[in-house]
Amino acid sequence: MSRFSPYDNNGGSCVAIAGADYCVIASDTRMSTGYNILTRDHSKIYKLADKCILASSGFQADMKALQKLLAARHLIYQHQHNKQMSCPAMGQLLSNTLYYKRFFPYYTFNVLGGLDNEGKGCVYTYDAVGSYERVGYSAQGSGSVLIMPFLDNQLKSPSPLLLPAQDAVTPLSQSEAIDLVKTCFASATERDIHTVSSRVLFLPKYMVYLMFFFLLPVMPSLGNVENVAF
Amino acid sequence: MFRNQYDTDVTTWSPAGRLFQVEYAMEAVKQGSAAIGLRSKTHVVLACVNKAQSELSSHQRKIFKVDDHIGVAIAGLTADGRVLSRYMRSECINYSFTYESPLPVGRLVVQLADKAQVCTQRSWKRPYGVGLLVAGLDESGAHLYYNCPSGNYFEYQAFAIGSRSQAAKTYLERRFESFNDSSRDELVKDALIAVRETLQGETLKSSICTVAVVGINEDGTNEPFHILDQDAVQKLIDAFEIVKEPATEAPAAAEPEGADGAGASDAAQDPPAPAAADEGAAPMEI
Repeated sequence: MSRFSPYDNNGGSCVAIAGADYCVIASDTRMSTGYNILTRDHSKIYKLADKCILASSGFQADMKALQKLLAARHLIYQHQHNKQMSCPAMGQLLSNTLYYKRFFPYYTFNVLGGLDNEGKGCVYTYDAVGSYERVGYSAQGSGSVLIMPFLDNQLKSPSPLLLPAQDAVTPLSQSEAIDLVKTCFASATERDIHTVSSRVLFLPKYMVYLMFFFLLPVMPSLGNVENVAF
Repeated sequence: MFRNQYDTDVTTWSPAGRLFQVEYAMEAVKQGSAAIGLRSKTHVVLACVNKAQSELSSHQRKIFKVDDHIGVAIAGLTADGRVLSRYMRSECINYSFTYESPLPVGRLVVQLADKAQVCTQRSWKRPYGVGLLVAGLDESGAHLYYNCPSGNYFEYQAFAIGSRSQAAKTYLERRFESFNDSSRDELVKDALIAVRETLQGETLKSSICTVAVVGINEDGTNEPFHILDQDAVQKLIDAFEIVKEPATEAPAAAEPEGADGAGASDAAQDPPAPAAADEGAAPMEI
């Protein structure tokens, strides 16, 4: 007898790379269950604030609930503080929100990307219960085991144990970072059945203006859709 | 009204069937500085007079954004107004979380009215001492409501509350029939003139008044609720103040007025656009 499981894994991968003054956040668009495809067209990226974007993979129902909750909390913050939440603040909020459900977790593997208070790229990576860390780049989801080692090889982020502290953000330019991300998805697609790179959504964030430059009607919330390889 | 033996608490009726505490709460609204609202088919404008306690302090905020499609102007006890605005914001957030659509204004004012009514029927509470002009958009168009401390609410084409609001109401009564078809700019101008009526002689400056607008543009896009910025408001004031002066000044001043008139009419063209467009940086400017 198989017990009812409240969770499902809808697959897919998310990547984020932080640069000196930009942040690239990308995800694939396949949503699957088991060996079946539910849709080829589902974005895992959600804009929480002007300078803060959430990409999550895992159980899409929990992902949607998490996005709505954070969006409502952000609105309350704006009413109280008269400004948008910064990416580090949202990072902490996300961690607290995830831990709040420590004993019935959100089955989501999140990557939060954006610009910090100084305008530098920042990426926070999470586990399902809210343990998080600021890093220079991260991948989450079914393809993460394939993508992460590749990013480690290409981006060679300095160890956080080094003194003096070195910047984890990559010296690459924004377009180089975007090309790198495209390569990540192309490689992950080769071996991970849940990840497909026929369309990958980007959100490069130079500054606020450029972000809107990349808006396309296909994905009304945000995104720059490119055909990669296939 | 005078002190009497039936006005000690809100749960005592007078022999004439009045609840004096509730009526006293409505008096508190009349003591606050003026707030004015007017609406057309597509837009609603709220304007209020900002009086500071002293020269050293800032003025109290009387206009609050509740959601993209709803805003409120208050008169009376500002603390009560602040608390009720927080309640309204929270209701809007919860509704759109559950239903993925904006809370219709009509529903919100009923909830607000019910909340006010509770305070008129509990011996351990007191009525809220604030009147609210709620401006909002929903599927049936633009609406303006007035919520009183008694728990009643009414829908209006135009209304004014607070001290010396009668002067503004007189002006609005003369002009309200044309409001439904007014353009957004004409509506804002009427709001400013109504505010000027309540000042009774004092010069109207953008530093003593606040104006907010919400509406649907001609092209169908929404203009979310926002407060107009001070410079834009000053330009609008200058535009119609100059027009007023020739009537009162001597004919000898005709020449400079001609030049001023040309300058002012240019200014009148562009203020509304920048005011609406530069909302990008501080979305919750209110």
